[in-house]
Amino acid sequence: MVSRPHGGRLVYRVATGRRREALLEEAREVPRLDVGLERAIDLLDIAYGAFSPLEGFLIQEDYISVLEDMRLHDDTPWTIPIVLDVDPAEIAGVSEGDDIALFYNGEPIALMRVEEIYGWDKKRHAQLVYKTVDVNHPGVAKTLARKELLVGGRIDLVGEPPNPFEEVTLWPRETRVLFRERGWKTIAAFQTRNVPHRGHEFVQKAALTFTDGLLVHPLLGWKKKGDYKDEVIIEAYKALIANYFPKNVVVLAGLRMNMHYAGPREAVHHAIVRKNFGATHFIVGRDHAGVGDYYGPYEAWDLFNEFPDLGITPLFIREAFYCKKCGGMATEKTCPHPPEYRIKISGTRIREMLRRGERPPEYMMRPEVAEVVLKYSNPFVE
Amino acid sequence: MAEKKGKYTTVSIPVTLYNRIKKLIEGTGFTSVSQYVTYVLREVVAEHEQASQEEPFTEEDKERIIEKLRKLGYI
Repeated sequence: MVSRPHGGRLVYRVATGRRREALLEEAREVPRLDVGLERAIDLLDIAYGAFSPLEGFLIQEDYISVLEDMRLHDDTPWTIPIVLDVDPAEIAGVSEGDDIALFYNGEPIALMRVEEIYGWDKKRHAQLVYKTVDVNHPGVAKTLARKELLVGGRIDLVGEPPNPFEEVTLWPRETRVLFRERGWKTIAAFQTRNVPHRGHEFVQKAALTFTDGLLVHPLLGWKKKGDYKDEVIIEAYKALIANYFPKNVVVLAGLRMNMHYAGPREAVHHAIVRKNFGATHFIVGRDHAGVGDYYGPYEAWDLFNEFPDLGITPLFIREAFYCKKCGGMATEKTCPHPPEYRIKISGTRIREMLRRGERPPEYMMRPEVAEVVLKYSNPFVE
Repeated sequence: MAEKKGKYTTVSIPVTLYNRIKKLIEGTGFTSVSQYVTYVLREVVAEHEQASQEEPFTEEDKERIIEKLRKLGYI
Protein backbone atom coordinates (compact mmCIF):
# COMPACT_ATOMS: atom_id res chain seq x y z
CA MET A 1 0.00 0.00 0.00
CA VAL A 2 1.31 3.47 -0.89
CA SER A 3 2.22 5.79 1.99
CA ARG A 4 -0.55 7.59 3.81
CA PRO A 5 -0.37 11.38 3.54
CA HIS A 6 1.80 13.12 6.10
CA GLY A 7 -0.21 14.33 9.08
CA GLY A 8 -3.15 12.13 8.09
CA ARG A 9 -4.86 14.05 5.29
CA LEU A 10 -3.89 14.95 1.76
CA VAL A 11 -4.48 18.67 1.44
CA TYR A 12 -6.16 19.94 -1.72
CA ARG A 13 -6.77 23.66 -1.79
CA VAL A 14 -7.16 24.25 -5.51
CA ALA A 15 -10.33 26.22 -6.19
CA THR A 16 -12.28 25.12 -9.26
CA GLY A 17 -15.56 25.96 -11.02
CA ARG A 18 -17.91 28.44 -9.36
CA ARG A 19 -15.88 28.65 -6.19
CA ARG A 20 -12.87 29.73 -8.22
CA GLU A 21 -14.95 32.33 -10.04
CA ALA A 22 -16.16 33.73 -6.72
CA LEU A 23 -12.66 33.81 -5.27
CA LEU A 24 -11.30 35.52 -8.39
CA GLU A 25 -13.93 38.20 -7.99
CA GLU A 26 -13.00 38.59 -4.34
CA ALA A 27 -9.31 38.83 -5.30
CA ARG A 28 -10.05 42.05 -7.18
CA GLU A 29 -11.65 43.62 -4.12
CA VAL A 30 -9.37 42.71 -1.21
CA PRO A 31 -5.85 44.09 -0.50
CA ARG A 32 -3.27 42.83 -2.98
CA LEU A 33 0.17 41.42 -2.25
CA ASP A 34 2.57 40.68 -5.09
CA VAL A 35 4.74 37.57 -4.77
CA GLY A 36 7.65 36.27 -6.80
CA LEU A 37 8.03 32.87 -8.44
CA GLU A 38 9.44 31.15 -5.36
CA ARG A 39 6.41 31.98 -3.19
CA ALA A 40 4.14 31.13 -6.11
CA ILE A 41 5.78 27.69 -6.19
CA ASP A 42 5.28 27.33 -2.42
CA LEU A 43 1.61 28.08 -3.04
CA LEU A 44 1.40 25.27 -5.60
CA ASP A 45 3.05 22.82 -3.20
CA ILE A 46 0.65 23.75 -0.43
CA ALA A 47 -2.48 23.72 -2.59
CA TYR A 48 -1.76 20.42 -4.36
CA GLY A 49 -0.83 18.65 -1.14
CA ALA A 50 2.91 18.20 -1.62
CA PHE A 51 3.29 20.04 1.70
CA SER A 52 0.44 18.24 3.49
CA PRO A 53 -0.58 18.79 6.25
CA LEU A 54 0.17 22.50 5.65
CA GLU A 55 -2.86 24.41 4.41
CA GLY A 56 -1.06 27.71 4.16
CA PHE A 57 2.01 29.62 5.25
CA LEU A 58 3.09 28.93 8.84
CA ILE A 59 1.58 30.84 11.72
CA GLN A 60 3.93 31.79 14.54
CA GLU A 61 3.45 28.84 16.90
CA ASP A 62 4.12 26.41 14.06
CA TYR A 63 7.02 28.51 12.79
CA ILE A 64 8.76 28.52 16.17
CA SER A 65 8.06 24.84 16.70
CA VAL A 66 9.51 23.95 13.27
CA LEU A 67 12.52 26.15 13.85
CA GLU A 68 13.33 24.84 17.31
CA ASP A 69 12.00 21.29 17.36
CA MET A 70 11.62 20.34 13.68
CA ARG A 71 7.97 19.58 14.29
CA LEU A 72 4.71 21.42 13.80
CA HIS A 73 2.92 22.55 16.93
CA ASP A 74 0.83 19.35 16.85
CA ASP A 75 4.05 17.24 16.92
CA THR A 76 3.98 16.26 13.23
CA PRO A 77 7.55 16.14 11.87
CA TRP A 78 8.32 19.21 9.72
CA THR A 79 11.82 20.53 9.23
CA ILE A 80 11.78 23.46 6.77
CA PRO A 81 9.70 26.55 7.65
CA ILE A 82 7.40 27.50 4.77
CA VAL A 83 6.82 31.20 5.30
CA LEU A 84 5.55 34.25 3.46
CA ASP A 85 7.63 37.37 4.05
CA VAL A 86 6.33 40.90 3.55
CA ASP A 87 7.41 44.48 4.06
CA PRO A 88 5.36 46.37 6.66
CA ALA A 89 4.30 48.87 3.98
CA GLU A 90 2.90 46.10 1.80
CA ILE A 91 0.38 45.09 4.41
CA ALA A 92 -0.36 48.47 5.94
CA GLY A 93 -4.05 48.46 6.83
CA VAL A 94 -4.34 44.66 6.79
CA SER A 95 -5.42 43.08 10.06
CA GLU A 96 -5.48 39.53 11.29
CA GLY A 97 -8.68 37.92 10.05
CA ASP A 98 -8.66 39.83 6.75
CA ASP A 99 -8.46 38.18 3.35
CA ILE A 100 -5.73 39.25 0.94
CA ALA A 101 -5.10 38.35 -2.68
CA LEU A 102 -1.68 37.08 -3.71
CA PHE A 103 -0.74 38.15 -7.22
CA TYR A 104 1.98 36.70 -9.39
CA ASN A 105 3.02 38.49 -12.55
CA GLY A 106 -0.03 40.74 -12.47
CA GLU A 107 -2.56 37.90 -12.07
CA PRO A 108 -4.29 36.65 -8.92
CA ILE A 109 -2.83 33.31 -7.89
CA ALA A 110 -4.30 32.74 -4.41
CA LEU A 111 -6.57 34.08 -1.72
CA MET A 112 -5.20 34.05 1.79
CA ARG A 113 -6.89 34.45 5.15
CA VAL A 114 -4.40 36.41 7.27
CA GLU A 115 -4.30 34.54 10.56
CA GLU A 116 -1.20 36.19 11.93
CA ILE A 117 1.40 38.84 11.13
CA TYR A 118 4.62 38.47 13.09
CA GLY A 119 8.28 39.38 13.17
CA TRP A 120 11.19 36.98 12.77
CA ASP A 121 14.86 36.88 13.55
CA LYS A 122 16.44 36.05 10.20
CA LYS A 123 19.89 35.31 11.62
CA ARG A 124 18.48 32.88 14.14
CA HIS A 125 16.36 31.33 11.39
CA ALA A 126 19.50 30.86 9.29
CA GLN A 127 21.49 29.41 12.17
CA LEU A 128 18.83 26.86 13.04
CA VAL A 129 17.79 25.86 9.52
CA TYR A 130 21.16 26.05 7.75
CA LYS A 131 23.44 25.64 10.78
CA THR A 132 25.39 28.69 9.67
CA VAL A 133 24.99 32.42 9.15
CA ASP A 134 27.67 32.52 6.47
CA VAL A 135 26.31 34.65 3.65
CA ASN A 136 28.17 32.51 1.12
CA HIS A 137 25.62 29.79 1.81
CA PRO A 138 22.89 30.32 -0.83
CA GLY A 139 20.07 29.55 1.61
CA VAL A 140 21.43 31.96 4.20
CA ALA A 141 21.92 34.71 1.62
CA LYS A 142 18.33 34.26 0.50
CA THR A 143 17.01 34.26 4.06
CA LEU A 144 18.83 37.44 5.03
CA ALA A 145 17.53 39.18 1.91
CA ARG A 146 13.91 38.39 2.75
CA LYS A 147 11.44 40.94 4.09
CA GLU A 148 10.91 41.94 7.71
CA LEU A 149 7.56 40.39 8.64
CA LEU A 150 5.92 37.01 8.14
CA VAL A 151 2.27 36.42 7.36
CA GLY A 152 0.68 33.12 8.29
CA GLY A 153 -2.62 31.75 7.12
CA ARG A 154 -4.56 29.31 5.00
CA ILE A 155 -4.64 29.74 1.23
CA ASP A 156 -6.84 28.83 -1.73
CA LEU A 157 -5.20 28.55 -5.13
CA VAL A 158 -6.99 30.32 -7.97
CA GLY A 159 -4.26 30.54 -10.61
CA GLU A 160 -0.87 29.10 -11.48
CA PRO A 161 2.40 30.44 -12.81
CA PRO A 162 3.13 29.19 -16.35
CA ASN A 163 4.53 25.66 -16.36
CA PRO A 164 7.00 24.82 -19.13
CA PHE A 165 6.93 21.17 -18.00
CA GLU A 166 3.20 20.48 -18.04
CA GLU A 167 3.67 17.06 -19.64
CA VAL A 168 5.83 15.76 -16.80
CA THR A 169 4.21 17.52 -13.86
CA LEU A 170 2.26 15.27 -11.53
CA TRP A 171 0.85 16.17 -8.12
CA PRO A 172 0.30 13.84 -5.14
CA ARG A 173 -3.25 12.78 -6.03
CA GLU A 174 -2.04 11.86 -9.50
CA THR A 175 1.01 9.84 -8.50
CA ARG A 176 -1.10 8.02 -5.91
CA VAL A 177 -3.61 6.96 -8.54
CA LEU A 178 -0.80 6.09 -10.96
CA PHE A 179 0.94 3.84 -8.43
CA ARG A 180 -2.34 2.05 -7.73
CA GLU A 181 -3.01 1.61 -11.46
CA ARG A 182 0.43 0.08 -11.87
CA GLY A 183 -0.15 -2.18 -8.88
CA TRP A 184 2.87 -0.83 -7.00
CA LYS A 185 2.79 -1.28 -3.25
CA THR A 186 6.33 -0.14 -2.52
CA ILE A 187 7.83 2.88 -4.23
CA ALA A 188 11.32 4.32 -3.79
CA ALA A 189 11.56 8.04 -4.50
CA PHE A 190 14.73 9.63 -5.80
CA GLN A 191 15.16 13.35 -5.36
CA THR A 192 17.46 15.06 -7.81
CA ARG A 193 18.64 18.39 -9.17
CA ASN A 194 21.25 16.80 -11.38
CA VAL A 195 21.65 15.11 -14.69
CA PRO A 196 22.07 11.38 -13.91
CA HIS A 197 25.53 9.83 -13.80
CA ARG A 198 26.36 6.18 -13.22
CA GLY A 199 26.45 6.65 -9.45
CA HIS A 200 22.86 7.90 -9.44
CA GLU A 201 21.77 5.05 -11.69
CA PHE A 202 23.45 2.56 -9.35
CA VAL A 203 21.59 3.74 -6.24
CA GLN A 204 18.29 3.91 -8.13
CA LYS A 205 18.70 0.33 -9.30
CA ALA A 206 19.82 -0.78 -5.84
CA ALA A 207 16.53 0.59 -4.47
CA LEU A 208 14.54 -0.99 -7.29
CA THR A 209 15.81 -4.45 -6.41
CA PHE A 210 13.43 -4.50 -3.45
CA THR A 211 10.66 -2.04 -4.34
CA ASP A 212 7.96 -2.36 -7.00
CA GLY A 213 8.72 0.96 -8.63
CA LEU A 214 10.94 4.00 -8.70
CA LEU A 215 9.78 7.61 -8.68
CA VAL A 216 12.46 9.82 -10.23
CA HIS A 217 11.50 13.23 -8.94
CA PRO A 218 13.66 16.11 -10.14
CA LEU A 219 13.07 19.52 -8.65
CA LEU A 220 11.92 22.17 -11.07
CA GLY A 221 12.33 25.63 -9.60
CA TRP A 222 14.94 28.00 -8.26
CA LYS A 223 18.43 26.52 -8.19
CA LYS A 224 21.81 28.07 -7.64
CA LYS A 225 24.16 29.21 -10.37
CA GLY A 226 26.04 26.31 -11.95
CA ASP A 227 23.28 23.73 -11.38
CA TYR A 228 21.78 22.03 -14.43
CA LYS A 229 18.82 23.74 -16.07
CA ASP A 230 15.46 22.03 -15.53
CA GLU A 231 14.91 21.13 -19.18
CA VAL A 232 18.34 19.47 -19.36
CA ILE A 233 17.60 17.30 -16.31
CA ILE A 234 14.23 16.16 -17.65
CA GLU A 235 15.55 15.32 -21.09
CA ALA A 236 18.62 13.53 -19.69
CA TYR A 237 16.45 11.36 -17.45
CA LYS A 238 14.16 10.50 -20.36
CA ALA A 239 17.25 9.25 -22.21
CA LEU A 240 18.47 7.21 -19.25
CA ILE A 241 15.09 5.61 -18.54
CA ALA A 242 14.41 4.77 -22.19
CA ASN A 243 17.77 3.07 -22.63
CA TYR A 244 18.69 1.54 -19.27
CA PHE A 245 15.53 0.68 -17.28
CA PRO A 246 12.89 -1.96 -17.99
CA LYS A 247 9.52 -0.60 -19.16
CA ASN A 248 7.03 0.47 -16.50
CA VAL A 249 9.22 0.33 -13.44
CA VAL A 250 10.04 4.04 -13.37
CA VAL A 251 7.85 7.13 -13.16
CA LEU A 252 9.60 10.35 -14.13
CA ALA A 253 7.73 13.35 -12.77
CA GLY A 254 8.95 16.88 -12.23
CA LEU A 255 8.28 18.52 -8.91
CA ARG A 256 7.92 22.29 -8.77
CA MET A 257 9.57 22.97 -5.44
CA ASN A 258 12.26 25.35 -4.25
CA MET A 259 15.71 24.17 -3.17
CA HIS A 260 16.99 25.52 0.14
CA TYR A 261 20.36 23.74 0.35
CA ALA A 262 19.64 23.09 4.03
CA GLY A 263 21.38 19.70 4.07
CA PRO A 264 20.07 17.33 6.79
CA ARG A 265 16.89 19.29 7.52
CA GLU A 266 16.07 19.47 3.86
CA ALA A 267 16.73 15.75 3.38
CA VAL A 268 13.97 15.02 5.91
CA HIS A 269 11.76 17.60 4.22
CA HIS A 270 12.31 15.93 0.86
CA ALA A 271 11.29 12.59 2.37
CA ILE A 272 8.10 14.05 3.85
CA VAL A 273 7.14 15.58 0.50
CA ARG A 274 7.71 12.26 -1.30
CA LYS A 275 5.58 10.49 1.31
CA ASN A 276 2.76 12.81 0.24
CA PHE A 277 3.27 11.65 -3.33
CA GLY A 278 2.74 8.07 -2.11
CA ALA A 279 6.35 6.89 -1.91
CA THR A 280 7.09 4.32 0.78
CA HIS A 281 10.87 4.64 0.62
CA PHE A 282 13.17 7.59 0.07
CA ILE A 283 16.75 7.37 -1.14
CA VAL A 284 19.11 9.47 0.94
CA GLY A 285 22.52 9.73 -0.61
CA ARG A 286 25.76 11.43 0.23
CA ASP A 287 25.52 15.10 1.27
CA HIS A 288 21.83 15.18 0.46
CA ALA A 289 20.62 18.75 -0.28
CA GLY A 290 23.99 20.05 0.83
CA VAL A 291 26.19 22.72 -0.64
CA GLY A 292 29.91 23.37 -0.23
CA ASP A 293 31.20 21.73 2.93
CA TYR A 294 28.62 23.06 5.36
CA TYR A 295 27.35 19.56 6.22
CA GLY A 296 29.01 16.22 6.81
CA PRO A 297 28.62 13.77 3.91
CA TYR A 298 26.30 11.47 5.87
CA GLU A 299 24.98 13.95 8.47
CA ALA A 300 21.46 13.69 7.05
CA TRP A 301 21.36 9.99 7.91
CA ASP A 302 21.74 10.79 11.62
CA LEU A 303 18.89 13.29 11.56
CA PHE A 304 16.48 10.69 10.18
CA ASN A 305 17.06 8.71 13.39
CA GLU A 306 15.27 11.45 15.32
CA PHE A 307 12.01 10.76 13.47
CA PRO A 308 10.59 7.32 14.28
CA ASP A 309 7.19 8.62 13.19
CA LEU A 310 8.14 9.90 9.73
CA GLY A 311 6.02 7.29 7.93
CA ILE A 312 8.44 6.79 5.04
CA THR A 313 11.49 4.54 5.14
CA PRO A 314 14.80 6.21 4.36
CA LEU A 315 17.16 4.15 2.25
CA PHE A 316 20.69 5.03 3.17
CA ILE A 317 22.82 4.13 0.19
CA ARG A 318 26.52 4.95 0.25
CA GLU A 319 28.16 6.78 -2.60
CA ALA A 320 28.96 4.46 -5.50
CA PHE A 321 32.24 4.34 -7.40
CA TYR A 322 33.54 2.43 -10.38
CA CYS A 323 35.87 -0.41 -9.39
CA LYS A 324 38.32 -1.52 -12.07
CA LYS A 325 38.84 -4.86 -10.33
CA CYS A 326 35.11 -5.56 -9.87
CA GLY A 327 34.52 -4.30 -13.40
CA GLY A 328 31.47 -2.28 -12.41
CA MET A 329 29.82 0.10 -9.98
CA ALA A 330 30.19 -0.72 -6.31
CA THR A 331 30.10 0.76 -2.83
CA GLU A 332 32.18 0.39 0.33
CA LYS A 333 29.79 -2.37 1.37
CA THR A 334 30.08 -4.40 -1.80
CA CYS A 335 33.69 -3.96 -2.94
CA PRO A 336 36.77 -5.29 -1.10
CA HIS A 337 39.38 -3.65 -3.33
CA PRO A 338 41.84 -0.93 -2.32
CA PRO A 339 41.50 2.72 -3.39
CA GLU A 340 43.82 2.43 -6.41
CA TYR A 341 41.17 0.35 -8.20
CA ARG A 342 38.34 2.78 -7.43
CA ILE A 343 37.30 5.72 -9.56
CA LYS A 344 35.11 8.30 -7.87
CA ILE A 345 32.14 9.43 -9.93
CA SER A 346 32.39 13.12 -9.22
CA GLY A 347 29.47 15.32 -10.25
CA THR A 348 31.76 18.36 -10.16
CA ARG A 349 34.29 16.71 -12.47
CA ILE A 350 31.56 15.61 -14.86
CA ARG A 351 30.18 19.17 -14.95
CA GLU A 352 33.63 20.53 -15.75
CA MET A 353 34.04 18.07 -18.63
CA LEU A 354 30.62 18.88 -20.03
CA ARG A 355 31.30 22.60 -19.68
CA ARG A 356 34.36 22.11 -21.89
CA GLY A 357 32.23 20.20 -24.38
CA GLU A 358 33.89 16.87 -23.55
CA ARG A 359 32.02 13.60 -23.32
CA PRO A 360 32.63 11.94 -19.90
CA PRO A 361 33.82 8.31 -20.05
CA GLU A 362 31.06 5.71 -20.14
CA TYR A 363 31.79 4.47 -16.63
CA MET A 364 30.88 7.97 -15.41
CA MET A 365 27.92 8.86 -17.59
CA ARG A 366 25.84 6.96 -20.14
CA PRO A 367 26.61 8.23 -23.68
CA GLU A 368 22.90 8.86 -24.38
CA VAL A 369 22.75 11.13 -21.31
CA ALA A 370 25.96 12.97 -22.18
CA GLU A 371 24.64 13.53 -25.69
CA VAL A 372 21.56 15.30 -24.33
CA VAL A 373 23.64 17.64 -22.18
CA LEU A 374 26.18 18.38 -24.90
CA LYS A 375 23.57 19.47 -27.39
CA TYR A 376 22.79 22.51 -25.17
CA SER A 377 25.10 25.47 -25.70
CA ASN A 378 24.75 26.24 -21.98
CA PRO A 379 23.13 23.49 -19.90
CA PHE A 380 23.78 25.31 -16.60
CA VAL A 381 21.88 27.91 -14.59
CA GLU A 382 23.53 31.32 -14.96
CA MET B 1 -10.64 17.49 28.08
CA ALA B 2 -8.72 20.74 27.58
CA GLU B 3 -5.59 20.60 25.43
CA LYS B 4 -2.32 20.93 27.34
CA LYS B 5 -0.25 24.04 26.68
CA GLY B 6 3.52 24.47 26.85
CA LYS B 7 6.35 22.33 25.55
CA TYR B 8 6.50 19.41 28.00
CA THR B 9 4.29 17.63 30.48
CA THR B 10 4.78 14.84 33.01
CA VAL B 11 3.55 11.28 32.55
CA SER B 12 3.97 8.72 35.30
CA ILE B 13 5.54 5.35 34.66
CA PRO B 14 6.46 2.70 37.23
CA VAL B 15 9.87 3.21 38.80
CA THR B 16 10.82 -0.36 37.89
CA LEU B 17 10.17 0.37 34.22
CA TYR B 18 12.06 3.64 34.49
CA ASN B 19 15.08 1.77 35.87
CA ARG B 20 14.94 -0.86 33.12
CA ILE B 21 14.83 1.83 30.44
CA LYS B 22 17.68 3.72 32.10
CA LYS B 23 19.80 0.60 31.88
CA LEU B 24 18.66 -0.14 28.34
CA ILE B 25 19.72 3.22 26.93
CA GLU B 26 23.23 3.14 28.37
CA GLY B 27 25.73 3.49 25.54
CA THR B 28 23.03 4.34 22.97
CA GLY B 29 22.32 7.72 21.39
CA PHE B 30 19.49 8.34 23.89
CA THR B 31 20.54 10.75 26.60
CA SER B 32 17.53 10.39 28.91
CA VAL B 33 14.62 8.10 29.71
CA SER B 34 12.24 10.87 28.60
CA GLN B 35 13.93 11.04 25.21
CA TYR B 36 13.60 7.27 24.77
CA VAL B 37 9.97 7.17 25.87
CA THR B 38 9.10 10.05 23.52
CA TYR B 39 10.80 8.23 20.63
CA VAL B 40 9.00 4.95 21.25
CA LEU B 41 5.62 6.59 21.78
CA ARG B 42 5.91 8.64 18.60
CA GLU B 43 6.61 5.44 16.69
CA VAL B 44 3.65 3.60 18.20
CA VAL B 45 1.22 6.51 17.84
CA ALA B 46 2.21 7.02 14.18
CA GLU B 47 1.49 3.34 13.46
CA HIS B 48 -2.00 3.62 14.95
CA GLU B 49 -2.72 6.85 13.06
CA GLN B 50 -1.56 5.32 9.76
CA ALA B 51 -3.88 2.36 10.19
CA SER B 52 -6.98 4.52 10.64
CA GLN B 53 -6.66 6.83 7.63
CA GLU B 54 -9.01 7.04 4.68
CA GLU B 55 -8.31 7.27 0.94
CA PRO B 56 -7.48 10.89 0.10
CA PHE B 57 -9.77 11.20 -2.96
CA THR B 58 -13.15 10.15 -4.29
CA GLU B 59 -13.91 7.70 -7.12
CA GLU B 60 -14.91 10.67 -9.30
CA ASP B 61 -11.56 12.36 -8.69
CA LYS B 62 -9.88 9.09 -9.53
CA GLU B 63 -11.57 8.82 -12.94
CA ARG B 64 -10.54 12.37 -13.83
CA ILE B 65 -6.97 11.69 -12.78
CA ILE B 66 -6.78 8.46 -14.78
CA GLU B 67 -7.93 10.38 -17.85
CA LYS B 68 -5.16 12.94 -17.36
CA LEU B 69 -2.53 10.23 -16.80
CA ARG B 70 -3.64 8.55 -20.06
CA LYS B 71 -3.33 11.82 -21.98
CA LEU B 72 0.18 12.36 -20.60
CA GLY B 73 1.17 8.81 -21.53
CA TYR B 74 1.77 7.55 -18.00
CA ILE B 75 -0.78 4.73 -18.39
